[in-house]
Amino acid sequence: MNAFLTRRFFDQIAVMFGREAKKPSAISEPAQKIHVLKRATNKERLQAAIVAHENAARVHTWRNRRWAVLLAANLLFTFSFWFDIQILEGALTASRFIGFHLIDLNSALQVMLAHKHIIVNLVIGTGTVLVLWLLLGGRSFCSWVCPYHLLAEFAEYIHLFLVKKKLVTDQNIDRRLRTLSWIVFAVLAAATGYTVFEAISPTGIVSRALIYGPGLALLWVLALLVFEVFFSRRAWCRYACPIGLTYGVVGIFSPVRIKYKLDSCFHEGDCRKVCLVPHVLDTVIKGRAVDTEVPIGPDCTRCGLCVDTCPTGSLSFDIKGISRLL
Amino acid sequence: MSEPEQPDNETKSETQKPATGKKPPPSRERLQQSRRRWLRTALLTGGVLGAALSGYLPLVYAQKKRLRPPGALDEKDFLSSCIKCGQCVQVCPVEAIKLADLVDGFGVGTPYIDAREQACDFSCDAVQCILACPTGSLVYKKPAFLGVRKGAPLAAAPILKAKEKDPEPTLNLTERIGVARLTRPEACLAIQGKGFKGQVRGASFKGLLRYMEVDRWKPIRVSDHPYDLAECDLCVRECPVKGAISIETVFAPDGSKRKSPVVHEPCVGCGVCEMICPVEPTCIVIEAREVWNT
Repeated sequence: MNAFLTRRFFDQIAVMFGREAKKPSAISEPAQKIHVLKRATNKERLQAAIVAHENAARVHTWRNRRWAVLLAANLLFTFSFWFDIQILEGALTASRFIGFHLIDLNSALQVMLAHKHIIVNLVIGTGTVLVLWLLLGGRSFCSWVCPYHLLAEFAEYIHLFLVKKKLVTDQNIDRRLRTLSWIVFAVLAAATGYTVFEAISPTGIVSRALIYGPGLALLWVLALLVFEVFFSRRAWCRYACPIGLTYGVVGIFSPVRIKYKLDSCFHEGDCRKVCLVPHVLDTVIKGRAVDTEVPIGPDCTRCGLCVDTCPTGSLSFDIKGISRLL
Repeated sequence: MSEPEQPDNETKSETQKPATGKKPPPSRERLQQSRRRWLRTALLTGGVLGAALSGYLPLVYAQKKRLRPPGALDEKDFLSSCIKCGQCVQVCPVEAIKLADLVDGFGVGTPYIDAREQACDFSCDAVQCILACPTGSLVYKKPAFLGVRKGAPLAAAPILKAKEKDPEPTLNLTERIGVARLTRPEACLAIQGKGFKGQVRGASFKGLLRYMEVDRWKPIRVSDHPYDLAECDLCVRECPVKGAISIETVFAPDGSKRKSPVVHEPCVGCGVCEMICPVEPTCIVIEAREVWNT
């Protein structure tokens, strides 16, 4: 990692905690060259290519794979209980995979702060999940496993449809709110001795509803979805959920990420339009990339929507260190 | 805040990229936008916090006490340590454990037992729910730093009637989860000297109970096991714990002798007596989290 990417690495951590993405202060020589060359590109040919892309059939490869994984994971919980196949027992907050403890990092944190006593099984389960998501990409938990994410994706389709019809507008909210909510819920857990966040966590509520049957708590989830449809796109995942931040921090150290290649990019910005966290894709804006290849930051959920939508293959999944060997 | 970051401003900022380092003062419209954004942020913050803290309400109103699964820590510790995963629900062979809903506030997703509907009859023999708990909300023995309420510990490990002939007849349980109490003695069949014949709780009752003479490992429906008793002693007969309840001859307030169920110290609060009581509403109930007072 050169100095430009190192600076960006730390910059992106700050961006995850809520800072606005800024123009880079320095750009590497080769990237600089490409930026200059791009200004000289034949505008008409580029325009034609962009039009062709707009008319091309949409690709959903990664989205479909992700939905399949998300449904499989959640149904494995459900079926383990319903049909007593005992593969994945428990709920997303804590479970046992063929006997091995798995405990959600944020739930574990809440319990540890509230109860102030940590038993061995809790440490084992939390450690296992930590290693698991370190290997799998941190916030990939959000897009590949969290059942609320899927519901919110459907709500997002409705929201975007209403936006297109000019019936609603997306009210964006300060992203620092998520960091604030993480701190507030941590402090509340430690101070009150109740796992306050667990009482409203839509991830836990939906997961339990899928396994143990629906309850009134789903009304809260519904209220969140209504808010997202009519007021603010993906508001919970973008601005409020502390689970996302917890796994985002894990993602800082994860080798799985999306990689951006500057030279082939059109800069038409479609990836930013589909992205849950467009601030991580600021690098695709014309003139912003600090190097010819830029890894996307830790707040990225590795959902692959940008990979699907990119007309030039400039965005792709990458495993640090291994992709080169493959 | 005033950084040109919104996607819709993107193209604009591209075309009119100022070469000078000086920033123009933000327009009135921009200021208004940012003010509105703050307002919305405050609104969402308030909304989320409000919803989160509304969990306090049921606590404030101190709703009815929930009977927690065996081995549960004291309520405050239980609520702080339960991770709401429901693994205890999954291992219970009679499905006695249910998860609480929204009305339980912070207790949403925490396990409880509705003894009248389905009591814990210890037909798992080993208190599986404690074994399943990943966070130590249900424990065989409390960690040293947690206080023990007077009267909550059991004098001795409870002897399971079903296991009485086994080399190890006891249950690994150190504290009670409640105590049975005869709340409506006037309606109790035993006190009235009445018998009971037929299905306890009717044909539609779904509750399960382990009957050793039927199958040690497969609890059956109570409705599939009709009784014919000259004198009702169901709460004593079906109590899974040895010496927890018996029919004794007691003196009534008017001085006359009569028979009555009497609860003893070994009672762990499992709730089988509450489930099996054939009178509607039940004459004997579990007082959740109650301790033994001598």
